[in-house]
Amino acid sequence: MARVKTFIRPMEGWWRKNPFFVRYMIREGSSVFLAIYAVILLVGLLRLTQGEAAYDAWRVAVASPLSLLFHWLALLTVGYHAYTWWKVSPKTAPDIFIAGRPIPELVISGGGWLATIGASILIYIIVRWM
Amino acid sequence: MKRSHEPIFWSLFGAGGVLSALLAPILILITGIITPIGVWMPVQALDYARVLAFAQHWIGKALLLAVISLFLFHAAHRIYHGLHDIGVHAGTGTMTAAYGGALVGTLVSAYLLISIGF
Repeated sequence: MARVKTFIRPMEGWWRKNPFFVRYMIREGSSVFLAIYAVILLVGLLRLTQGEAAYDAWRVAVASPLSLLFHWLALLTVGYHAYTWWKVSPKTAPDIFIAGRPIPELVISGGGWLATIGASILIYIIVRWM
Repeated sequence: MKRSHEPIFWSLFGAGGVLSALLAPILILITGIITPIGVWMPVQALDYARVLAFAQHWIGKALLLAVISLFLFHAAHRIYHGLHDIGVHAGTGTMTAAYGGALVGTLVSAYLLISIGF
């Protein structure tokens, strides 16, 4: 049977043509960095169970230039995920009403952004000074 | 009609989304950038004895397990559903790989956190 030569619209690079889809792909792509980061932590935990020498070798690997580059990219993309996660939260969270009025979207998103900033400062203080 | 298992994965995706939105940027910054280079955070902050004590405390165990597991399930859900966007057909195989990988990561973390002692 002859192959049917129906035109199939090429979809290669579809998301690069529109800034909205570029942002969408960065946000979705952040999950790849998040997964790799979780695996790095998991390996660190494994090395921790193997003793001080193994754990220190893991720390040397994490301080390598390639690792630092990865963590910078992860910080930027996952940071963008954090921003968008709270930005869409008024639409994804159940509606909350106070005295019969819906809470303004900016208050919900803003609460999330402040929670991230607050948690970040708290963790920094704990790791640095406690 | 067969019950969908999507709600389970969506819950894990949502929990991982919240936890990573709250904690992932600062954790990446501390464990991957400022402590390794010793800028704004002394290198000693993540020394063996300190991190071991953290992993042996029940609060540390709970946090480590939640972070590793939920980050993995969040990422698995996004990657699985994003495969279509880059022209990969999503089927049983890719689904098993995505969620199965996250499950294996969770079980390995739990095992390590138990074996590291209390």
